[in-house]
Amino acid sequence: MLAAQRPLDEASPAAFRPKILILSTNLISDPGVDFTGLNHLHYPATTAVLRMPCSSMIRPDFIVQALEDGFDGVYVAADGTDCPYLPDCVARTAARVQEAYALMQAHGIERERLTMSGICSVCGEAFVRGVKHLSEVVQKLGPASRGKGHA
Amino acid sequence: MPRIGVYVCHCGGNISDTVDVKKVVEAAKAEGDVVLARDVTFACADSSQKEMIEDVRAQKLDRIVVASCSPKLHELTFRGVVQRSGLNPYQYYHANIREQASWAHSDDPEGATEKAIRHVRSGIAYARLAEPLARTKAAFVPKVLVIGGGVAGLKAAIDLSSMGVRVVLLEKSSALGGRTATLPEVYPYGRSGSDVVQGLLDDLRRNDGVTVFTNATLERVGGHVGSFQVTFRVAPHEPAGHADRPAEITDTVGAILVATGTDTYLPKAGEYGYSRLPNVVTLPEFLELEQASAPGDLMIHGKRARRLAFIYCVGSRQTSADGTEVHEYCSRYCCNATVSTTLSVLRDHPDLTVYHLYRDMRTYGKNELMYEEAARKGVVFVRFDGEEPPSVAERDGGLVVSVKDRLIGGELVDLPVDAVVLVTGLMPRANQELEGILKLPLGKDGFYQEVHPKLRPVETNISGLYIGGTAQGPKDIGESLESGSAMAAKAAAFALRGQLELEPFVASVDGARCAAGGACVAACPFGAVEIREVDGKRQATVEAAKCKGCGACVAVCPSEAIQLKGFSNDEIRSMIKALGRGT
Repeated sequence: MLAAQRPLDEASPAAFRPKILILSTNLISDPGVDFTGLNHLHYPATTAVLRMPCSSMIRPDFIVQALEDGFDGVYVAADGTDCPYLPDCVARTAARVQEAYALMQAHGIERERLTMSGICSVCGEAFVRGVKHLSEVVQKLGPASRGKGHA
Repeated sequence: MPRIGVYVCHCGGNISDTVDVKKVVEAAKAEGDVVLARDVTFACADSSQKEMIEDVRAQKLDRIVVASCSPKLHELTFRGVVQRSGLNPYQYYHANIREQASWAHSDDPEGATEKAIRHVRSGIAYARLAEPLARTKAAFVPKVLVIGGGVAGLKAAIDLSSMGVRVVLLEKSSALGGRTATLPEVYPYGRSGSDVVQGLLDDLRRNDGVTVFTNATLERVGGHVGSFQVTFRVAPHEPAGHADRPAEITDTVGAILVATGTDTYLPKAGEYGYSRLPNVVTLPEFLELEQASAPGDLMIHGKRARRLAFIYCVGSRQTSADGTEVHEYCSRYCCNATVSTTLSVLRDHPDLTVYHLYRDMRTYGKNELMYEEAARKGVVFVRFDGEEPPSVAERDGGLVVSVKDRLIGGELVDLPVDAVVLVTGLMPRANQELEGILKLPLGKDGFYQEVHPKLRPVETNISGLYIGGTAQGPKDIGESLESGSAMAAKAAAFALRGQLELEPFVASVDGARCAAGGACVAACPFGAVEIREVDGKRQATVEAAKCKGCGACVAVCPSEAIQLKGFSNDEIRSMIKALGRGT
């Protein structure tokens, strides 16, 4: 199990539990995250959810800030093709994520810490898989704050 | 200095059974600007709402955070409380600690508590910066599109037109009445389905303002709640009176109601002998054969039937025999329909022997009386286990149903019968085109899904789009009519006012920061942003009525001049900071 890996940070005696920021959308993916909870589909509790109107609104600097302000990974739960606002929401959100990757690189943050998926209002299982996967990836990378200067 | 009040809800035990609510309250109290933090058993209860209003006045609170269920359920409830307390309803944040903490992490109470604390802190961070905002108004066209001319759609059209709201009713087939019109007899009064439909059509004709199109299908939808531009195609009726091409019609409506009905499950070949053995028929097929028989002379495919077996839950609460289809749900109407059918068959053919092979008898509500009557009349009820369903075989020119009867300790019983009736359930109707056009939310079972089964039973995630009838899930005729009325009431609430209050979450521009680069203009597909001269300076401007509040412009502005009201970049940054703190 990944959780059994010893943290590299010797100052922290507790096992490293990656902290993931989930960026959701009011009308589509946040209801999807709710659906996940409603059905008691479990995913790591070391998460936090910030809902916004539409994933196309995510500024790349928000993501970098999250990774410098205590989060080890960011999961963009995008509207996907269900977006009630924009038919090309996927392309737009993907463009913001690409910009975020560039900005992360400039800040010495590993790109694996950021991932994006389309999460519909009943996509509970896909959501759980996605968050668990990102947690596992980030678990191997270690805390984001240590990523700086090593990339 | 802001004066923030924080309320952490137990939701009975829904939250507090997992999340340490007291610990969350203590964490809230430790945050700056929090004047008061307390836990409440049910934040949504009247008494709690009154307490909040008293607190606002006594403690001079100026903003509120409630940590409870999903904002989809009670954000509006608490905005209302905040407003009634005399504060601006937008200086409020709804932190989700039920769906996104206690329920999602019931396996990890400590983790759920930490997550709840993060969510509450971010709510406080938001509330601290929240500015007072005002709603905007938009026109709501007092006309409603109803899709589906079955009983639910007809009832919705009747109710809307009787309230003075104009209706456009689209029916894909050539006739109104849907599946109900085909049923020879429906419970509880034994009227024919066509009789029920005729009653609805008579009501419809008494009202003005309903335009019915049969052979009509929806082609396109644009716009938004209050003003949807709908385009539909009407095929020429048979026999073709006009040799014209199908006509395309465009209209503008304020709301769209979807009542497109359901299909009945058709057993696979060989399922309980269906289509392989003679005289194994579905309930709808049986009803037709029964109608064609003379009293005292029940004929099934040319054979007089003296002994009948009904097998329940075929295509409901089961995976199909070949494992390809899963129907976990109960189809709801069938126990009632089968018992009712039996009673009427026994009236015409009193000498019949009737076996009912059921899993659980769900003649709920008043229908229980029918079940008692059937038992009194000598109908034999045999209960089987869903894991060990009955089998049907041919023997000596007749049929034998073998079943382990749970009511007599699971003993295997052979029942010789002349016909077997499979009580088939309802299943979602394949309608991908319409689902694509309207972006209808599908539930796990394939039926259309409401926002909340109790609190918002006919609304969808898309404002102005309502669902009802059996397209939403198994219902009987009475229940379909109820949901038709419910959809009509929801749509009429806006249509009769002629306007809609829109949330104030639209983009706005800080002229001093704007360099008129135009990235926002290019990002907006609604034409809501333009570069104009304001006080002698070129800058972006937003037309609030056109802005949908998606924030696509916000993400591309290099100078952060354009931001969303009620969700500014500073608010977002302070929330991320609050969420990232601690473990």
